[in-house]
Amino acid sequence: MKKIETKLYDDFLELFRINPKAFSHGNSNFVKQQRELSRQNFEANGFPSNKNENWRKTDLSKALNNNYIIDYQEIERGKETKSLFECEIIDFDTKLFTILNGWWASNTDLTSNSQGVIISSMRKAQLDFPEIFDKYYGKVAKEENGLISLNCAFYTDGYFIYIPDNVEFTQTIQIVNLIESQSKLFSNTRNLVVMGRNSKLKLVHCDDSLSRVDSVVNSVTEIIVGDGANLDFYKLQNKDEHSTVLTSNFIEQGANSQTNSNTITLNGGLIRNHIDVKLAGKGGNANVFGLYLVDKTQFVDNHIFVDHAMPNCTSRQLFKGIADDNAKAVFSGHILVRQDAQKTEAYQNNNNIQLTDTAGIFTHPFLEIFADDVKCSHGATVGQLDNDALFYMMQRGICERTAKMLLMFSFTQQVIEHIQLSKLRERIVHLVTRRLKGELASCENCALSCENPNSVMTFEIDMEKV
Amino acid sequence: MDKGEDQLLKDVTQNEYKYGFTSNIDTDFIAKGLNEDVVRLISAKKKEPEFLLEYRLKAFRKWKTMEFKEWAHLKIPKIDYQEIIYFAAPKNTKNLESLDEVDPELLATFDKLGISLQEQKILSGVAVDAVIDSVSVKTTFSETLSKFGIIFCSFSEAVQNHPDLIRKYLGSVVPIADNYFAALNSAVFSDGSFCYIPKGVRCPVELSTYFRINAANTGQFERTLIIADEGAYVSYLEGCTAPQRDENQLHAAIVEIVAHKDAEVKYSTVQNWYPGNKDGKGGIYNFVTKRGLCEGNNSKISWTQVETGSAITWKYPSCILKGDNSVGEFYSVAVTNNHQQADTGSKMIHLGKNTKSTIISKGISGGKSHNSYRGLVRINKNAINARNFSQCDSLLLGDRCGAHTYPYIETNNSTAIVEHEATTSKISDDQLFYCKQRGIAAEKAIGLIINGYAKEVLNKLPMEFAVEAQKLLAISLEGSVG
Repeated sequence: MKKIETKLYDDFLELFRINPKAFSHGNSNFVKQQRELSRQNFEANGFPSNKNENWRKTDLSKALNNNYIIDYQEIERGKETKSLFECEIIDFDTKLFTILNGWWASNTDLTSNSQGVIISSMRKAQLDFPEIFDKYYGKVAKEENGLISLNCAFYTDGYFIYIPDNVEFTQTIQIVNLIESQSKLFSNTRNLVVMGRNSKLKLVHCDDSLSRVDSVVNSVTEIIVGDGANLDFYKLQNKDEHSTVLTSNFIEQGANSQTNSNTITLNGGLIRNHIDVKLAGKGGNANVFGLYLVDKTQFVDNHIFVDHAMPNCTSRQLFKGIADDNAKAVFSGHILVRQDAQKTEAYQNNNNIQLTDTAGIFTHPFLEIFADDVKCSHGATVGQLDNDALFYMMQRGICERTAKMLLMFSFTQQVIEHIQLSKLRERIVHLVTRRLKGELASCENCALSCENPNSVMTFEIDMEKV
Repeated sequence: MDKGEDQLLKDVTQNEYKYGFTSNIDTDFIAKGLNEDVVRLISAKKKEPEFLLEYRLKAFRKWKTMEFKEWAHLKIPKIDYQEIIYFAAPKNTKNLESLDEVDPELLATFDKLGISLQEQKILSGVAVDAVIDSVSVKTTFSETLSKFGIIFCSFSEAVQNHPDLIRKYLGSVVPIADNYFAALNSAVFSDGSFCYIPKGVRCPVELSTYFRINAANTGQFERTLIIADEGAYVSYLEGCTAPQRDENQLHAAIVEIVAHKDAEVKYSTVQNWYPGNKDGKGGIYNFVTKRGLCEGNNSKISWTQVETGSAITWKYPSCILKGDNSVGEFYSVAVTNNHQQADTGSKMIHLGKNTKSTIISKGISGGKSHNSYRGLVRINKNAINARNFSQCDSLLLGDRCGAHTYPYIETNNSTAIVEHEATTSKISDDQLFYCKQRGIAAEKAIGLIINGYAKEVLNKLPMEFAVEAQKLLAISLEGSVG
């Protein structure tokens, strides 16, 4: 693998040489061993350069050539996170946990409620629940590039969720990953979610930034979905333009399990989402949806890999995006149907709207099929707003700007309607509307703390002209 | 799938390659291996002008610095380039005045292949350039064509008679360093066809080249150059076969097309190189660089290919749509069986305004073969109102084969409209049931369905070829579907 020449690479390795226990301090032996293996992999592979096929359009070198601080000092727990962040979704009944600068910041660990559900920090979980932790940790994540190895070796903390067999966790779990730092920060977070047989979980993961400094979040999330289990997974990314977010999500599904994954990217500097779903049991179903709205010089890359390893599984991918100004959007979807994974149904769709000549859309919808009794298809389009529709609306008295916005909004609706949590859906409708109006990006500090969060959005339709 | 169909499938996949004979032709070889001396020797043997030797040497030096990049979905065994003979030609390659002077064994070879040069000349109205091993043996119809000002001859003749044209256009579409095999070909190419259609001339007959590898251990490196001047039109056909041998043979060709203002070039290929036996032994490695340049406004280049042969196919006929309103088309049926591997598709690079491209690719895989579509559609900044439609369907005829699709779409213009769709499936039970219920036997029904599936592409072939291609498809897949 070709690697990027950057000081950061040396910094990480140097840090390890000086203080080998900086990151593994307080870890279980098992994790320490794993970290050492991953460190070797990172040393060998480095940061992936755009000479590698999977990174062809994603150039990390600019984002990485920066004087980042590698933060490995555990922060003081129980900081009043409410003062830092308040979720704007009104009446959104969630169990909220915060990760700040790569460390578990919430005061509370929900360790073992009456049903046996565990929500805790990774550090705590590996010591308190080794029998669960060791069984699943590192089993699903594939160290296919240096970033993942880097994370495995140098992660600070993250969340651990365990839902026992036949337990339905009704409340939505919300994890907020925040960056608040005066200096440029590179954080590695690592998460593990284990769902037992026939369990149910709704998980919302938000990436936000509080301070406008250059930062990199490199996170790896492993999710094991047991037989017959049901997972609703939402990722909401609303960062500022100084942020680089690199996420690698590995989901392994058991027989007859169901996963809905929604990745909504509203703002960010450089964002790469790698979502790897393995349908490892018969009859599994995976829905992988995503929406990205990028403008200015933003860059988003969604890299989806769906592995049909067993027969009778279905998967659906739908990614839609709008690129404005100088923004670039990459979609790379890959469906692999293995030999003997018969009766597979796999669909993949990527639709893009390119608004300016300086924007760029790169889409690579791949199919790789080794079984014959399958129904697979993919479609990819790049286009513009429909002129006929625009004309129709304008002749009804809707101004051009509103008409365009309405069209773009309806374009995004196909993804948004898959969001099952109604409060979240309302909020995202709201955010997308503002985003399309260009209001979100213009906020001073944080994209989310807009001056007037409660104002109701309306489309500007001049009724007199209708 | 019932048992009968299973059997049928087996029968098809085990069909023998019928062009696998070897002819006993006196052949002139040079020693195997590749170095600068060999390049010089080839050039000297062909009495080439200085500029061409320089071109070859430049390419060879470049090639030495390059390495083969394995990005394709192919398992390519290591090729020892020093074990290959880079020049083999039937002896007696003096200029032939008439067909009577052609070695009878050679004529018989072409007769056996169903390409009677004699008959072709008289009956079909197709001008044929026959290339055996590395050398063009006979071009029919040249005299008639020359009345129109059309130049259709072997590449070597063109080098002697029209060096200015060669100097101007050689490497103008596929540069020396384009890729590993292009560099190799540029260094050691032996012969091929050359075609120039002057301004405003519509070529009255189909031009055709027939490639045949005969000698063992040789590589075939032919070079085709087609130039359509302003307002010209030509339809060009290419066919290929090779004997059945246990070792693999390398075929690395380059085809360059230049279409000037208002010109149209239609290039059709029926590729049936020896695919290896049913255990995957032997067969041709077909690494071909084909590219067309729509240089002028309103020009059009259309590629049609039926790919049934070769152990490994690595081929991406492309169009560079430089002129405004130019059009690029790619129609392909690729059939793989047994252990064949194919990684083929098209590249459409939109540079000019209002450029349009269409890609229709139909893959059919059976046995243990792998069939991939790989394509690129790129819309550049200045390509206003560019339009592309791509459709890539795959049909799977067994549970041990693979069908893959790797499209790349890159747009840098807000007026671009690009659509890509692909499906992968097996022959639908419903369709089969419907046919059988109407009294059509399973095998026939399968043939019918496959033919219907490939129709969109076969319809684009010139008539003479369409018949051959349909037959070829039937032979390659007879009874193979379930």
